[in-house]
Amino acid sequence: MSKYVLKRLLISIITLIAIIFVLFIMLDLMPGSPFNDEKLSEAQKAILLAKYGLDKPFYVRFGKYLVNVLKGDLGVSYTINKNKAIAEMIAQPLKLSIKVGIQAMVIGSIIGLIFGIIAALNHNTWIDSLFSVVSIVGVSVPSYVFALLLALFIGYKLNLVPILYNASDPGRSLILPTIALSMFPIANISRFTRSEMIDVLNSEYILLVQAKGIKEKSMIIHHALRNTMIPIVTVMGPLLVNLLTGSMVVEKVFAIPGIGQIMSQAITNNDYNVVIACAFVYSALYIIMMLIVDILYGIIDPRIRVAKGDS
Amino acid sequence: MDEERTVIDPANVSDKDFVFVQQGVKIMDETYASVSYMKDVWNHFRKNRGAVIGLVVICLIIIMAIIGPMISGYRYDEIILTNQSLPPRIPLLEKLGIFNGSERGRNVYFERGLNDVYYWFGSDTNGRDLFTRIWMGTRVSLFIALVAVVIDIVVGMSYGLISGYFGGKVDMVMQRFAEILNGVPTLVVVTLLGLVLPQGIPSIIFTLMITGWIGMSRIARAEVLKLKENEYILASRTLGAKDFAIIFKDIMPNIFGQLIIMSMFSVPNAIFTEAFLSFVGLGIQPPQTSLGSLISDGYKSLTIHPHMIMSSIIVLALLMLSFNMLADGIRDAFDPNQKKG
Repeated sequence: MSKYVLKRLLISIITLIAIIFVLFIMLDLMPGSPFNDEKLSEAQKAILLAKYGLDKPFYVRFGKYLVNVLKGDLGVSYTINKNKAIAEMIAQPLKLSIKVGIQAMVIGSIIGLIFGIIAALNHNTWIDSLFSVVSIVGVSVPSYVFALLLALFIGYKLNLVPILYNASDPGRSLILPTIALSMFPIANISRFTRSEMIDVLNSEYILLVQAKGIKEKSMIIHHALRNTMIPIVTVMGPLLVNLLTGSMVVEKVFAIPGIGQIMSQAITNNDYNVVIACAFVYSALYIIMMLIVDILYGIIDPRIRVAKGDS
Repeated sequence: MDEERTVIDPANVSDKDFVFVQQGVKIMDETYASVSYMKDVWNHFRKNRGAVIGLVVICLIIIMAIIGPMISGYRYDEIILTNQSLPPRIPLLEKLGIFNGSERGRNVYFERGLNDVYYWFGSDTNGRDLFTRIWMGTRVSLFIALVAVVIDIVVGMSYGLISGYFGGKVDMVMQRFAEILNGVPTLVVVTLLGLVLPQGIPSIIFTLMITGWIGMSRIARAEVLKLKENEYILASRTLGAKDFAIIFKDIMPNIFGQLIIMSMFSVPNAIFTEAFLSFVGLGIQPPQTSLGSLISDGYKSLTIHPHMIMSSIIVLALLMLSFNMLADGIRDAFDPNQKKG
């Protein structure tokens, strides 16, 4: 087991370093410099470039950045928020983004599980078909379409909750974004739960449980659901990733001051360091999530850990 | 036992003891018409209502994308400044009181003296016809989807085939590379490429090329691993076939069908990526348009003129929904034993 975890960890770290490297190359190719002020003379520009170390060769800057990142120092912002440490700048927004993401994931998982169980218990009835339609809509339609529709109908027409993020009332402001983001997890988990549950309910040990005369409720909770849960962990990884992409657009729709907004702000202002930092944070989140999911697989299914650990 | 047996004396048996059966009945073997593989697939597909609806909707959208811009009477980039932000108005339907060009109870068309002007889906803030623009945008989305499928198959399949066939060190290196590439969130790749490359369709296609093929290569690799131990591959090698001939002539035709089916799933993904890029502002630039950029434009006047965003949202949602249902249907039709998700 430890060999398997160690190997996963190593791959994650290599991936992260590779990402930082690629980010650096890409940002190097980017048009424009952070000091595009026409009032600056050439000499002044040179001084500014030297001050931030931008005149050094590529590999020197990369090496320096890599060391700093490992120390937790993401550098300073050039334009949006001059000379402020980025780590400090994105701490608050990151918390907000993660909060929305976790809310959406938890709500999505719970509702998805309930939907899936209901659909499986009513297999091949109209209830099942209804849930199938709901889930395929949820899987297909992008989260920002839901976000826009929710903003328009519930936020604007019915005027129940604020359309745009209101810092003085974060609880109510986050209702719509959470719903919009949870659509995909709901649809996906309910689809998966349904098909797993149908398999489990047709198995022989469930027949035995029924023969023993255990009540249906306790049969579902203690016997069927437990075995259904195992494969569901496998869809968690892709779901979390999808949440990440969705959150950036949903943040834009509802004007949530999350990390997505900082990133798009930095993009328009050519603030290299901030763009790198945001992309790095996104990548790090992603890699950590994938690592956790991979390790979970290993714990749940011994076949995976043996096969992957030995090869 | 033997004592109890009735013994029939052959001398007492007469013709009356026998009865003719099946007299007047034509006796023949019952055979069913043989069903070809494709017909079997089609029969399975037809029974899947969602998939058929998906196919019909996709066909309708494709037809509209082709003829839509021609029948509207406007050009997609034609700016008429006097006709800004008009709500939808459709002939005939307006008599029923819907789509009659009114917004918040006031008929905007009559107020501006545009009695004979019709914008079926309304017009945008620059006075361009949204009907024409939506179908032009759909063209872009469909084109990108098509290219995505081709890329997915060509790049993903070749990568998977080579990696799976050669195995050993080649496989190890190629799989590690794919794993690391897969470790980079698509969001980051897409955003950064959108920044570095000039904005437009070629860049979006390039972005899809970098990120889209990994899933496909895994499927191709798994299939090759199954096939390459077969005797006919050994026979081919014994006869002196080169590695690449074996890969592309002997193995590829056997997995091609399955890969095409799987590639259907990359269509909604490609449409979404384009819409995402354009919505964030890194995609198609005006006056060119796409569904994503129309949604992005409409979003700016979401609360004042909701009609601007509704039509593009509906087309995008329908398109993605239909492609998903179609892909599901095709997969189930080709492989009915597979567990339905």
